[in-house]
Amino acid sequence: MTFSLLRRRLTLGIASLAVAASVGITPALADRTLLNVSYDPTRELYKAYNELFATYWKEKTGETVTIQQSHGGSGKQARAVIDGLDADVVTLALGGDIDQIAKATKKFPEDWAKRLPHNSSPYTSTIVFLVHKGNPKGIKDWGDLVKEGVQVITPNPKTSGGARWNYLAAWAWAQKNLGGDEAKTKQYIADLFQHVPVLDTGARGSTTTFAQRGVGDVLLSWENEAFLVQQEFGADKFDIVIPSLSIRAEPPVTVVDANAKAKGNEDLAKAYLEYLYTPAAQKVIAKNFYRPSDESAADAEDLARFPKLELVSIDADFGGWAETQKKHFADGGVFDEIYKPTN
Amino acid sequence: MSDATIQFPSKTGSEIGESFAVKLVLIAIAVAFLAAVLLLPLVVVFMEGFRKGAENFFAAFSDPDTLSAVRLTLLVAAIAVPFNIVFGLAASWAIAKFNFKGKNLLLTLIDLPFSISPVISGLVFILLFSAHGWFGPWLKANNVEIIFATPGIVLATVFVTFPFVARELIPLMQSQGTTEEEAALTLGASGWYTFFYVTLPNIRWALLYGVLLCNARAMGEFGAVSVVSGHIRGLTNTMPLQIEILYNEYNFTAAFAVASLLAGLALVTLVIKSLLEWRYASELAASRRH
Repeated sequence: MTFSLLRRRLTLGIASLAVAASVGITPALADRTLLNVSYDPTRELYKAYNELFATYWKEKTGETVTIQQSHGGSGKQARAVIDGLDADVVTLALGGDIDQIAKATKKFPEDWAKRLPHNSSPYTSTIVFLVHKGNPKGIKDWGDLVKEGVQVITPNPKTSGGARWNYLAAWAWAQKNLGGDEAKTKQYIADLFQHVPVLDTGARGSTTTFAQRGVGDVLLSWENEAFLVQQEFGADKFDIVIPSLSIRAEPPVTVVDANAKAKGNEDLAKAYLEYLYTPAAQKVIAKNFYRPSDESAADAEDLARFPKLELVSIDADFGGWAETQKKHFADGGVFDEIYKPTN
Repeated sequence: MSDATIQFPSKTGSEIGESFAVKLVLIAIAVAFLAAVLLLPLVVVFMEGFRKGAENFFAAFSDPDTLSAVRLTLLVAAIAVPFNIVFGLAASWAIAKFNFKGKNLLLTLIDLPFSISPVISGLVFILLFSAHGWFGPWLKANNVEIIFATPGIVLATVFVTFPFVARELIPLMQSQGTTEEEAALTLGASGWYTFFYVTLPNIRWALLYGVLLCNARAMGEFGAVSVVSGHIRGLTNTMPLQIEILYNEYNFTAAFAVASLLAGLALVTLVIKSLLEWRYASELAASRRH
């Protein structure tokens, strides 16, 4: 009795194992598969772009291509690629993270940014404020963030690319408005982070903390992410506040040569990134709230969304990512110096 | 704890002197606590899943990425659970029925996954198998994928769920001792025969309970799997990871629909356990006398 019961269960187990295995290893219907390792807020953008590119590629070559996505905090994703995540292309939040991959893995040249137009950034964005409807705390500019009783939500600059842009935009404003005095600027940044109750690891985590869980008075956010929140939660819940000065956030893209070559995807990976610069793709980019590098094909209503404001840039005003990373975000850098968790 | 191990002699409240009111209050507290802490969250998950109607609930499962997450979760459980049954049985058999040096060390090792955080369990495999890990270069040279692929997820799951079967069996087997096996062997039974006809019937309820717990954890593990997954959509996301992704994409209905399915799978295993207990109530009572 027991024996037959056990045997029955065993047969059942093996059968279910076989079924699971057979559905798990479905034969590749697509001719080739490309893995794009990206950062947090691009989920919706690449969902739309991948469809566009697959259609284009099919028409051009007759080949069906499947594009796989992986999303997470930019620093965390770079770490995964260094640890061996088999990305054909990386599309991260900032050049510094791609530099880290180049340096650690030697899978592509360290001057990767020169390989595509606009410093390899097919789209840009900036940092804006998202506040509750009607702006109850009256937040207009960076200076208002350190007022008594204001809670600021931003992710952790150590793990999140968006957070590093937040930090640098705040830094640029403080330098300009505090007479270029570095000590005063540091003091402002230190004050700012005293107003941050939680540091999430990625931009999407911070957005959910603010919009879904209702923590904080103001979210320092990618412009694209702020528009997306308005779309998802309704424009009657949140207002976007444009500060007097912000930073041109350039999220770059590059092919991880060694990985793409090993998978026989070199031409495909290259075409995938180059196609981002075409008018058709730029139109999709503008529709997903990113600022296109080529505005000619974008819909006027999409472009009208992007306010004009003074933007500093990482290369002209901070001396590039290598220097910025070392000075501000590396272990023992300015961020470590000024940030003391509030609790 | 297994039903088979603890058996208090039945005593009613009046016998040990508690008043009816005290009994009532105690029961009320227990029920209220269970309702607030266990039942309510579970109900909320299902309600949230069905908030926009059954149509939207089922639409969540037409997403190929979600389907692939369900498949991967079932596959991982289908490998990890049998593996842990075999090794859990072997380990508890060795510990309960034999004396050898290093027995305590083995016991401690079995408990290890319970005592360390799943994140660390995941990072251990990164250290071993990632591109710069101990075995990384060899794996790369031989084209073997472990981290950021299904084998890594299976390994992490096996690691985290290892103690469930063994920990259920060891105390029971120790309390049962070796006399029955010795009797069987003296009467000329072979080792396998003794196992199937003497040992297994004695432990099967504890084994079943261990398997159910192991299975529930294998399907639900988040931390360790998250570290080794690489989060490639439609490929290396299990159900718990897919739930997080859907939630973060403001797709709350789909997130809770998948969460309902995951909770449902766990409930099904509990129902199976209860049905078996009911069906074999007499045998269960008999095995309790050991």
